[in-house]
Amino acid sequence: MIDLKGYGPELLSGAVVTIELAFLSLALALTLGLIGAAAKLSNSRVAVGAATTYTTLIRGVPDLVMMLLFYYGGQVGVNMLSDYLWETYEIDFFFQFDPFISGVVTIGLIFGAYMTETFRGAFLAVETGQIEAARAYGFSRWHTFRRIMVPQMLRHALPGIGNNWQVLLKTTALVSIIGLTDMVRVAEEAAKAERMPFHFFIPVAFVYLALTAGSELFIKWLDKRANIGVVQEN
Amino acid sequence: MMPPDFIAAWLNKNEIFTAMTIMEYWDGAVTTVQLVFLCLVIGLVFAVPLAILRTVKNPFISGPVWIYTYLFRGTPLLIQLYIIYYGVAQIPGIQETFWWAIFREPFYPALLAFTLNTCAYTTEIIRGAIVSTPHGEIEAAKAYGMSWFLRMRRIVLPSAARRAVQAYSNEVIFMLHSSAIASVVTIVDLTGAARNIYSRFYAPFDAFIFVALCYMVLTFTMVFAFRKLENHLLRHQRPVGS
Repeated sequence: MIDLKGYGPELLSGAVVTIELAFLSLALALTLGLIGAAAKLSNSRVAVGAATTYTTLIRGVPDLVMMLLFYYGGQVGVNMLSDYLWETYEIDFFFQFDPFISGVVTIGLIFGAYMTETFRGAFLAVETGQIEAARAYGFSRWHTFRRIMVPQMLRHALPGIGNNWQVLLKTTALVSIIGLTDMVRVAEEAAKAERMPFHFFIPVAFVYLALTAGSELFIKWLDKRANIGVVQEN
Repeated sequence: MMPPDFIAAWLNKNEIFTAMTIMEYWDGAVTTVQLVFLCLVIGLVFAVPLAILRTVKNPFISGPVWIYTYLFRGTPLLIQLYIIYYGVAQIPGIQETFWWAIFREPFYPALLAFTLNTCAYTTEIIRGAIVSTPHGEIEAAKAYGMSWFLRMRRIVLPSAARRAVQAYSNEVIFMLHSSAIASVVTIVDLTGAARNIYSRFYAPFDAFIFVALCYMVLTFTMVFAFRKLENHLLRHQRPVGS
């Protein structure tokens, strides 16, 4: 085993922070992606416009810039809101905008935009006959969505979700820049203090590698399961 | 028509967007463009031969390339940057060689990290395009008696380029956005300029929204350029008369 100079427990808790952050962001991204895809495929021009603006804005701006904006701007925003509420309504409202929240919100928002595109494509891949059949059986719109569209769409969305998840995992490293003590941050502090960059960064790199490799296997397995009963064309 | 009062008022009390800060953003933009352009060009130059090696059947040739792309695609660019930036100074004896004069500047370790990263992704993109070359094209080239080299140059690579351009344009945008982390190792790129201006004025919205707009202009310019390139490369597939 390599000697981590007493930074082992900190690195481990940093890894837990990374994983928590990744899963919470994924949950937010999947939710936003479903809402975004539903909006893009709806008949309402306002909803289509709003969703298109959202995905276009996100794709134009680097993740780090967005994170810095949310982290530094978020607190200023909360302060302004807090002042306003106190002066006009005398409501005492305040919370500390911490790097974890900014990380989850930023990563969730960014990957929500990518998930929107993934889900949109997947919904379009569901045969229209399925939807017509559901309508003919008297399913309501919501029922059709939940019982017919979502289960069939997931099979087409899985590869895209998998790719997004792999990128998301690596994006979590950025939260170390806004001061969250994830594993990259711990490794950086340790590397600087001990003057041993390879010694601390390479194990962390391998943790990421293990996470991405593990997810790859898991997604392959899920994909196989989701495609049970589907005739493979090639 | 007069601008609304609040815009005029904002412009009058605007202390942030002076000629000096605009110049800082401009210098940052120049650094970002240099960094991204150089790493993309060098990465692409190395990615083409690596992608060809990656398609070779002999595992002793394709294996090392696969390990390289797997390592660099499976770990965050930020860690790669830290390893190179902090690590170079630790190589024994480097401080006495001429390399130290180059690698002491944060620009070059960042360029090296970005190049290695984008080269790994580009290699996989090109490999995917090479592998999906229709068999008929290769058979036809063989039937014409083309050598391996001629076949690569005349048939496989041009055909692969058409299939790779879409994915490659995504990689270019991805690299532009990833280059923002250069600001972490004290390079004053666009994001670095925004961070400096933020800390000077404590104005997060002004500093970061402006820089976000700059990145958007860069991104959509590139998207537009790639669309033009794609139209050009795929012009033979356009329906007649359009």
